[in-house]
Amino acid sequence: MTTAQATGSAATAGAADAGAAMIELQGVHKWYGKFHVLKDINLRVGKGERIVICGPSGSGKSTMIRCINRLEEHQRGRIVIDGVELTGDVKNIEKVRREVGMVFQHFNLFPHLTILENCALAPMWVRKTPRKRAEEEAMQYLERVRIPEQALKYPGQLSGGQQQRVAIARSLCMCPKVMLFDEPTSALDPEMIKEVLDVMVGLAESGMTMLCVTHEMGFAKTVADRVIFMDGGEIIEENDPEAFFSNPQQDRTKLFLSQILNH
Amino acid sequence: MATFRPHADLPPPATSSGALGWVRQNLFDSPVNGAMTLLALYLLYLAVPPLVDWALIKADWSGSRSEDCSKAGACWVFIGVRLNQFLYGFYPVAEQWRVNLTIALLVAFVLPLFIKRFVLKQWLGAALLVVYPIVAYHLLVGGSFGLVHVETSKWGGLFLTLVIAVVGMVAALPLGILLALGRRAENMPVLKALCVAFIELWRGVPLITVLFMSSVMLPFFLPEDMSFDKLLRALIGVALFESAYMAEVVRGGLQGIPKGQYEAADALGLGYWRATVLVILPQALKLVIPGIVNTFIALFKDTSLVLIIGLFDLLGSIQAANSDTNWLGFSIEGYVFAACVYWVFCFGMSRYSQWLEAKLHTGHKR
Repeated sequence: MTTAQATGSAATAGAADAGAAMIELQGVHKWYGKFHVLKDINLRVGKGERIVICGPSGSGKSTMIRCINRLEEHQRGRIVIDGVELTGDVKNIEKVRREVGMVFQHFNLFPHLTILENCALAPMWVRKTPRKRAEEEAMQYLERVRIPEQALKYPGQLSGGQQQRVAIARSLCMCPKVMLFDEPTSALDPEMIKEVLDVMVGLAESGMTMLCVTHEMGFAKTVADRVIFMDGGEIIEENDPEAFFSNPQQDRTKLFLSQILNH
Repeated sequence: MATFRPHADLPPPATSSGALGWVRQNLFDSPVNGAMTLLALYLLYLAVPPLVDWALIKADWSGSRSEDCSKAGACWVFIGVRLNQFLYGFYPVAEQWRVNLTIALLVAFVLPLFIKRFVLKQWLGAALLVVYPIVAYHLLVGGSFGLVHVETSKWGGLFLTLVIAVVGMVAALPLGILLALGRRAENMPVLKALCVAFIELWRGVPLITVLFMSSVMLPFFLPEDMSFDKLLRALIGVALFESAYMAEVVRGGLQGIPKGQYEAADALGLGYWRATVLVILPQALKLVIPGIVNTFIALFKDTSLVLIIGLFDLLGSIQAANSDTNWLGFSIEGYVFAACVYWVFCFGMSRYSQWLEAKLHTGHKR
């Protein structure tokens, strides 16, 4: 593999504690039937590091972050999250999922519950927080994403941008150590993308460990410690955003960047 | 710089309103529709007046013997005289308060669940599922707490219909849900195969066959001294039969839930059972309320099939009364009465399901 792991996390050690790996992927492979979707993925994410993952569709970027909370199962290699290795062991899987929040492209709020109930559900049933405290904390997070006034509405009554912010708040209510974002703004109208990105920037500034699959290059430039480019199930290039955008090392990366930046 | 000024909202165009406008729009908006309206009116004219004449105007309402019937219209005296049997079967008259009390208790347990502000709903619901069946059993069967034992062979009429229907529904829904979940358990092939086999076996057999098997065949296979109550066997048969149908209805609902809902629940760390109970089932069941109620209504009417194994439910007791030599020739009144009672219950369930759907509707569909 010709990965240009030139600077990596070492360059941004000021922002991230490179000593403590929060996420560690070692030689991860995955197949869908005969289709080899992830090929020897090696990735180490330090505590507090912000990673942006980009690449063409079908490059395996979503699959990779979905492996991190075991929405997808990897078939070879090791994935260790905060010292817990993901195996077939259900206990480990649930342990990891409690500590890893995820935001989806299509929000996936629970339509039969109010915004407040959406947020308080997992803390109440997984963390056994009493209802009153869970709802108080949920309100705090809803204030943080700036929609406390919608707490008693149902997801179907909110706009896409509002729903996505609720989805972020819902994940934060579990006090995760890592947040995964799977194309969080791809299903939004242009006018709503900013309100979601603002929340994500705020979250990044608070020191959350984040992995974002996104094509919002402005976001990548502002908050990312590292940008990872994937294609064909491999990590092609990995660099700090400055170098990644101004001086890509691989032809494939150059082609991709020219296509998404010059349109 | 020019400022964009949005256009003010205009009222919608005035449509032809009022009664006459409605009639014109809906009944006579085209020659074909007009002809259909007139034809329907003519058919109603043919059918309704004679029916009203027979059922109400020329009907006999008072009396106690068949000689009191004028035979010009319906003779509801027959229903009045036999009403007790239609409602309770041969349950001893002196003990019928127990049946009434059981039903009153059920209403007392269920009604508060519909009061929005009632706070102890969980406890009441639990009591309804755990305490009530025990109380109801002891009240109806007796033999304890100083109550006279009433054999189930004496149970009958509408009371028996309700017992079979309620037990069938209460047992079939949770069983059906478990079977549906089992059938979708892709990572547990043995469990899945068992559920599929169960569902396909019971769905492939007519209910009459199930009832015959339970009452006629089963005793052959069981040891001599072991005998089940006939009603109990019928109840088990009905419950298992309906649970297979219910399983497929629920499975339809489960398939209607987007994959993202499962993923979001998983990502929050809810785990299988909490995700299923808190996230998936509430949505799936809401989706299939029409199907569930459809199955319930079918079940309610199917209870009349127990007639063939010698249990006298509402229809059975009316059939029995028809063959009373003192009251020959009044079967039409009996069947009309039965039809009305069944219709009231089924229509009630149908309305309830529509109310429930409206109540559970939360915002726009995606």
